[in-house]
Amino acid sequence: MKNISCDVLVVGAGAAGLCAGSVTSKHGLDTIIIDREDQPGGILKQCIHNGFGLRYFKEELTGPEYACRVAKLAADAGAKIMTGTTAVEAKKNADGSFTFKVFSQKEKVCYISSKAVLFTTGCRERTRGNIITPGTRPAGVFTAGAAQKLLNISGYLPGKCAVIVGSGDIGLIMARRLKWCGIDVKAVVEIMRHPSGLTRNIVQCLDDFGIPLYLGHSVTNIYGKERVEAVDITPLADGKPDFSKTFKVDCDTLLFSVGLVPEVELAKQLEVKINPATGGAFVDDDYETTTPMVFASGNGLHVHDLVDFVSEESERAAGSICRRLSGAKNSDKVPVTVEKTLKYVVPTQATRGEKQSFYFRPLIVANKATLEARADGKIIKKRLIPFVRPAEMLEFELEIPAECKEMEFALTGGELL
Amino acid sequence: MKKELICISCPQGCRLTAEYAADPAQAEVSGNRCPRGKTYAITELTDPRRVVTAVVPTTDSARPVLPVRTSEPFPKGKIAELLNELYKIKVTPPISLGEVIQKNALDTGIDIISAENRN
Ligand SMILES: Cc1cc2nc3c(=O)[nH]c(=O)nc-3n(C[C@H](O)[C@H](O)[C@H](O)COP(=O)(O)OP(=O)(O)OC[C@H]3O[C@@H](n4cnc5c(N)ncnc54)[C@H](O)[C@@H]3O)c2cc1C
Ligand code: SF4
Repeated sequence: MKNISCDVLVVGAGAAGLCAGSVTSKHGLDTIIIDREDQPGGILKQCIHNGFGLRYFKEELTGPEYACRVAKLAADAGAKIMTGTTAVEAKKNADGSFTFKVFSQKEKVCYISSKAVLFTTGCRERTRGNIITPGTRPAGVFTAGAAQKLLNISGYLPGKCAVIVGSGDIGLIMARRLKWCGIDVKAVVEIMRHPSGLTRNIVQCLDDFGIPLYLGHSVTNIYGKERVEAVDITPLADGKPDFSKTFKVDCDTLLFSVGLVPEVELAKQLEVKINPATGGAFVDDDYETTTPMVFASGNGLHVHDLVDFVSEESERAAGSICRRLSGAKNSDKVPVTVEKTLKYVVPTQATRGEKQSFYFRPLIVANKATLEARADGKIIKKRLIPFVRPAEMLEFELEIPAECKEMEFALTGGELL
Repeated sequence: MKKELICISCPQGCRLTAEYAADPAQAEVSGNRCPRGKTYAITELTDPRRVVTAVVPTTDSARPVLPVRTSEPFPKGKIAELLNELYKIKVTPPISLGEVIQKNALDTGIDIISAENRN
């Protein structure tokens, strides 16, 4: 058994952990980044498609290329990256430090103590169980991410003919990936009336291949004993399936791409409070959770559609860790909330008189909508946003007025979902 | 002629309108939030291309496939043929990020490069 100590422990070596770790290391803090996988990079390793880094690296990269670059940033800055190392228990010590119990392939059980903790644990996929699809339980049913890993990391084809449930980006990207592997994709089925992935992915992953997208439809039955043989697809009328219009589609593979949830189990052991709107921790503008010296960023905080925002947010979180460890703490903060047109805002506490970036998830669709920032009920800044949909996260920069008591954001001019 | 397109050059996904008399290469493009939208619209109407990404088998059983990509967007009509070629390749590490795996694929002048480092 081995005990290690450091200034900052970063849990998760995806884009978030690697970018944050490079900042704290460069600042001179002794930083350890752990990851349960054998290679750093997180989810990026299996996202072999391009579309990453246009903002952060000013270049369009594939997921693995982005991962290589950020891993190099962290290593060059002097961060210690421990792969094959899983954090299983977290506790807070009497002196305010933290101790994590970790299992590592090399050291077996080992304890890592640190002054500050950053959770960059990424997210989990919702599974079929979370959305309850009736029918048998044959082989051939995967989450889209699991199928992606199978294909792009292990090199196995999941089947010959697929139906995809959910039009999120992972589902769309997988539709093209399967097609390019010679697997037929019969349909993408989306329960909402609007696709939940980026428009560019509808174009290049479905339209390019003539794959039909059934909006306002749901998979209502799965056939097959040993292996999936077919599914029933049913249109919804007023939110209820209209079974008179059900049709059957033959397939041997069914992929579920029905959403992601931040991974917060370990953070909960440190009594971090969870925001039901994001599924991640409540954080202030230092990215500090409700437990002092415990921070969170990236998909482990709220689900991002762009890795560039993950990197930027994580660098900011790391900057705060550097300031907090040098003793600075700004407590002049106001609560930040959203109206029902927005699902959430991150952060939910912000410092008066400081410029901040806020992230939102809209709950409306609109060809044009106005994002309004209100200080104590008065609009202080607004921005016209050309194309608003829940799939696309919004970012807004704003200086909180010095005398304000509370901030609220709202979107006006769209259709509520 | 008037064509509606969606720019796929970045996640903004601008809705573009391209208007032209006879030659799409001379199209007037609107709806783009940056100059790349115009380039995209004209290429899409005259010579559509996509960046192709795939994995190729390796001789390393611990990491059996390597992600690869085309060095530039590849002619859309030749993608199926390219993928058939790619799945026949087998690579042996070490391989470095950006290393050329196949030069001048299908005589397009475009290379297939490694998207990862492998020792
Ligand atoms: C299929 C898909 C397609 C995408 N497409 C795009 C795109 O085209 N363009 C774009 O910009 N973005 C895209 N994204 C989004 C972007 O890739 C992610 O938002 C980003 O990579 C998330 O980084 P992260 O570091 O927060 O999380 P992750 O990459 O998930 O990293 C979290 C890491 O934490 C580790 N971990 C968790 N718990 C523990 C523990 N207890 N102990 C040790 N380690 C632990 C995990 O092993 C993992 O490596 C896509 C995402 C997906 C899933
Ligand atoms: S026109 Fe420019 S901003 Fe709009 S999608 Fe294309 S590249 Fe992005």
